Amino acid sequence: MALLLSVLEQGFIYTILALGVYITFRILDFPDMSVDATFPLGAAVTAMMISKGFHPLLTLPASLIAGALAGALTGFIHVKLHVRDLLAGIIVMTGLYSVNLHIAGSANVQLFLYNTMFKNPAVSALPYEVQTYVPVALIALLAFAVKFAMDAYLATRSGFLLRATGDNPTLVASLAKDSGKVKILGLSIANALVALAGCVMCQHQRYFDVSMGTGTLVIAVASVIIGTRLLSGLRFLGATLAVVIGSVIYKACVALALELGLSPFDLKLVTAALLLAIIVLGGNRKKVKRHA
Amino acid sequence: MLELRSILKIYQGGTVNETCLFDDFNLTIPDRQFVCVVGSNGSGKTSLLNIICGSIPIDEGCVIVGGKNITPMPEYKRHRRIGRVYQDPGKGTCPSMTILENMSMADNKGKPFNLLPCVNRRKTEEYRAMLAQLGLGLEDKMGVQVGSLSGGQRQAMALLMSTMTPIEFLILDEHTAALDPKTAEVIMQLTGRIVAEKQLTTIMVTHNLRYAVEYGDRLLMMHQGHIEMDLAGEDKRRLQVADLLTRFNEISIECGN
Repeated sequence: MALLLSVLEQGFIYTILALGVYITFRILDFPDMSVDATFPLGAAVTAMMISKGFHPLLTLPASLIAGALAGALTGFIHVKLHVRDLLAGIIVMTGLYSVNLHIAGSANVQLFLYNTMFKNPAVSALPYEVQTYVPVALIALLAFAVKFAMDAYLATRSGFLLRATGDNPTLVASLAKDSGKVKILGLSIANALVALAGCVMCQHQRYFDVSMGTGTLVIAVASVIIGTRLLSGLRFLGATLAVVIGSVIYKACVALALELGLSPFDLKLVTAALLLAIIVLGGNRKKVKRHA
Repeated sequence: MLELRSILKIYQGGTVNETCLFDDFNLTIPDRQFVCVVGSNGSGKTSLLNIICGSIPIDEGCVIVGGKNITPMPEYKRHRRIGRVYQDPGKGTCPSMTILENMSMADNKGKPFNLLPCVNRRKTEEYRAMLAQLGLGLEDKMGVQVGSLSGGQRQAMALLMSTMTPIEFLILDEHTAALDPKTAEVIMQLTGRIVAEKQLTTIMVTHNLRYAVEYGDRLLMMHQGHIEMDLAGEDKRRLQVADLLTRFNEISIECGN
């Protein structure tokens, strides 16, 4: 039971992350490496604010804004300074590492003595049996709120333009819109969500570690691919719901592997192998653009 | 009125491959004129369209629309008054979005792309009627992804989408070149109808000399960055495909291809 709860808790945190990466990876077709640093950026902002005594809920909008700014910077470097997409992300990722250290104040910040959105007097006042389910309920609520907000956004005029930008930038120019600005907007939204996931993760595990972002993109991409590929047969599921399910499945696989005796040393290797297998079997290799 | 004044366009400037396409190129197109442009490959037809639309920079000269110099204006801003259909049917539509979504998005051109819903259900019937007049059966496929349509169907949609909202100029860049003869015919008839209905200033580049003779009220034949032939009014109406082909061959023989 405890294992199931932890899978769901972490799985839904990955959902927020994966929904953000869905925007860059799937919609914009942009390999955004900056997420490896915006995830800990959200956590750093959260650790700093909580240890300074801010209300835990205030960390949510704060990390959203921090992530959005970082994403906009990646977009600016790519669009306005004409740096290749992958390099733009790597530059921001590298720079943010120091920024994260400055924000958090050290490479490790422990929050065990502070109130978080999961552990505070209001939660402690609840009956013990209920308390166990508070984190999973809160995280699931947040993950589904993000999912429905994204569904709603993608149906708006601005959302249509975002989808068109990844699909066919020429059409966006034909509609008298600047596809560069739309890209910057998309990267902002994506990294805002990734930082939000970092914020929730930090409060959930109650510590910040500057290297917690390593492999963020891989986790998110694996979740997106599992969701959209393995569930592609189920047409009635929207793409965002597929991402929600994909991230929980991904987390469950990892938890199961560890439970079956996989050494944490090998975790990243197994993750990489798993991702490769999914990509090859799922047919998600470099796609030939289907024009004409 | 659209004016190109003393355009200088050099490709790969500063290298050994430097080629000067346009040198002191001038062209004036009055409002509501339908201009057909023909010419062999490399004669500067598509470059001409790209210069008008701002897709490529020019080295000297200016582009003037309605007396206003728009040379520094970026491509996407110029498109507020321009509709453009490309040779590649894929460029005018969004493959992963449905027909209804594509039409709704095109209908929103010129309005802000804000947080209001893009698809307006009340307009579905209007779109359906527009698609029905194409006779391609698209009106019954509103929920189908455009990526699964044929090139001709996509090109017909691209033409509809680029002319849905009020524009002044229609730029057609060999828009029937990738289509089979029958579909090309359908698209050309639709083009003629839309241009007449909306009274658009139109520039159509084509390799099909018959279309160039049948459609439009002015014909330009381009050769190595120059206008070799410029016929309008009665001269254009009297022109036969055979005459055009003879002239075309003369130029080709002169420069040996």
